[in-house]
Amino acid sequence: MSFVEYGDTIKDGDTAIVFLGHESMFPVKVQHGTVTQTKYGVIRHSTDLIGKKYGSKVTCSKGGWVFILHPTPELWTMNLPHRTQILYSTDISIITMMLELKPGSIVCESGTGSGSLSHALIRTVAPTGHLYTVEFHQQRAEKAREEFREHGVEHLVTVTNQDVCKNGFGVSNIADAVFLDIPSPWEAIGHAKAALKAEGGRICSFSPCIEQVQRTCLAMEEYGFTEINTLEILLRVYNVRTISLQIPDLGKAAEDNSSAGFDSSSPSNQGSPCANLQQGTVQFKSGVPLREMVGHTGYLTFATKS
Amino acid sequence: RKIIFEKQWFYLDNAIGHIYGTTFEVTNGGNLQPKQEVEETPTETKEAGTDNRNIVDDGKSQKLTHDDIKALKDKGIKGQEIVQQLIENSTTFRDKTEFAQDKYIKKKKKKYEAVITIVKPSTRILSTMYYAREPGKINHLRYDTLAQMLTLGNIRAGNKMIVMETCAGLVLGAVMERMGGYGSIIQMYPGAGPVRAATSCFGFPKPFFDNLHEFPLSKVHSLLSGTFSTETLPSDPEENALVEEESNGLTDEKQTSHQEAEEEPTTEAAMEINQTEEQETMDINAEDVEFKENKEKENKENVRDKQIKQWERRKKLMEAAALLREKNADGLIVASKFHPTPLLLSLLEFVAPSRPFVVYCQYKEPLLECYTKLRERGGVINLKLSETWLRNYQVLPDRSHPKLTMSGGGGYLLSGITVVLDKGRSDSSNLEALKMEEPSPKRCKVQDLHC
Repeated sequence: MSFVEYGDTIKDGDTAIVFLGHESMFPVKVQHGTVTQTKYGVIRHSTDLIGKKYGSKVTCSKGGWVFILHPTPELWTMNLPHRTQILYSTDISIITMMLELKPGSIVCESGTGSGSLSHALIRTVAPTGHLYTVEFHQQRAEKAREEFREHGVEHLVTVTNQDVCKNGFGVSNIADAVFLDIPSPWEAIGHAKAALKAEGGRICSFSPCIEQVQRTCLAMEEYGFTEINTLEILLRVYNVRTISLQIPDLGKAAEDNSSAGFDSSSPSNQGSPCANLQQGTVQFKSGVPLREMVGHTGYLTFATKS
Repeated sequence: RKIIFEKQWFYLDNAIGHIYGTTFEVTNGGNLQPKQEVEETPTETKEAGTDNRNIVDDGKSQKLTHDDIKALKDKGIKGQEIVQQLIENSTTFRDKTEFAQDKYIKKKKKKYEAVITIVKPSTRILSTMYYAREPGKINHLRYDTLAQMLTLGNIRAGNKMIVMETCAGLVLGAVMERMGGYGSIIQMYPGAGPVRAATSCFGFPKPFFDNLHEFPLSKVHSLLSGTFSTETLPSDPEENALVEEESNGLTDEKQTSHQEAEEEPTTEAAMEINQTEEQETMDINAEDVEFKENKEKENKENVRDKQIKQWERRKKLMEAAALLREKNADGLIVASKFHPTPLLLSLLEFVAPSRPFVVYCQYKEPLLECYTKLRERGGVINLKLSETWLRNYQVLPDRSHPKLTMSGGGGYLLSGITVVLDKGRSDSSNLEALKMEEPSPKRCKVQDLHC
């Protein structure tokens, strides 16, 4: 397994995803002799995981079962340990497309944070591209390096521990794209421009507050960026449900005849017995929105270096 | 070659040799000239109003008439000058607020300054362009939805992807771009052949197409049931032509070319792939007329050429079938005008376990059905039905606000991950269903309700 290549069978040292049920999963480091506790019982790595095909069902000691999945950046995003607020796949998707990333691209990113976007970027630029990621927090930078090593992608990424606003990305004139997710992105625009290739490089800045966006757009203009465009993207999820709606009792049309479709009850009855109502239901399949949805993550501002 | 675009026309000749991203001005002769970076002189007259309470829109505020403006254009006056003239001849300009003045100038510049920028194609540019100009050709797949598909599908170098789309080849191109020429793609197609009009717009280098295969949908069932053979290719005019040509001579040539000509209008796909055949047919006809004595010899050559071509196509078809038969694809992308359920149920058979798949549909309801059928089938987890909502913003000092809302128009996605299909589903099905489904909504306790 690798975060940039599929493998068929689970091997010692792999990072795998244990799927227990709807929206319930967690990552696990596969190791000989190790045991993982789940609510369905124990999973013994040596016998239950190693050598099995990814996508297999594994029965745990208590009898319940789980699926073992091959890791992807998207699954990692949903399950990684948060050291900071992270970017989710919805934003990551549009960022990837708008920055025109593909195999071979050179990307600069700051801040690394918990590595959610980083893993996705590495996946996209592999096998011939590179990610230069800058994180000013020493422990987070070190943790990121460790994770990239564990996930077999360290050859595709360079983590630098410095302040991008003061010292930039550590590279010049080679990046196809730059991504900023920092409190004061306008302070890093100059460095971003220096890191980008001479012509046609793309930049993206992610900021939760519109005031940050305004300052960043001004800075981009001052530094000669073109095609400045700000957008936001939100995800709406639907649950597929079979819904039953009652048909209301509108009474009878005439005294003597029974009203069409419903059992007769005495005309004077105001409230018909509920048994009648239960007969009158209509069923249909619906995509029901969630009760609450994410309303805002951040504004994404894109531009081109001319 | 003359290009006509948004009421401008020009020749591209002068653009050759310049780097991508260069901005050109269109001269009167329709030629492109690199635009000089002009320092925008700040307007000295900062004369502006405070609000529009006294501005009456009677259509008479611009003193220059259509003819006046045309005369200026004919004189060869640059767009910048025309805009300046319009400003000077507008009675209400100085009463407008600064913001309104800015807006006015921007609008006039867009109309009279013929400025073109030539950019390198990419998924970003092509998908936004197609959505804005030809959404019908791509089933109204909005570009952010496409972006989600590429990421959810874990499209990357080295994958073996199955793509089924009727979006003029845009989705295929997007997948190819994210694979960078590595790995392989099998494109499933309806009818006679795949449409790749948009794919060619990406400008991929030739090697990218080496590992691009195609396979007809009409052969999927036979492939799955093990009865597949390459003996009958889908609606192949070539084949019928070949059989007849071997036994007869000129008359059949004419018949087959007529037949091909008839078949072509019916499927645009056929037009795409039959272009070379069409060329051959036209050539054959021309030759027949001009070189009557050589026609026998040439017929034999053409027959051989066609045989070779057909053999090549059979070989490619067998290669694609072999790839599919391995049933180890790394993912499936579907974005078509067809009902998604039958496509998914059959094409998922070719995908390895623990791999993502994404289906796009312009409408939500077919995906509801698809979801239900997939649950019944089993072998999939993490099913999610979603859409994305996209909003563009105008960010200007003191004038920041959302621009246009495009929500609701971008289509829907159903995504999931394959798992090893449990053949003996009967006893475990309920348990699995319970596990995979979200908690069922509390049954409406009718008895408790006030009736």
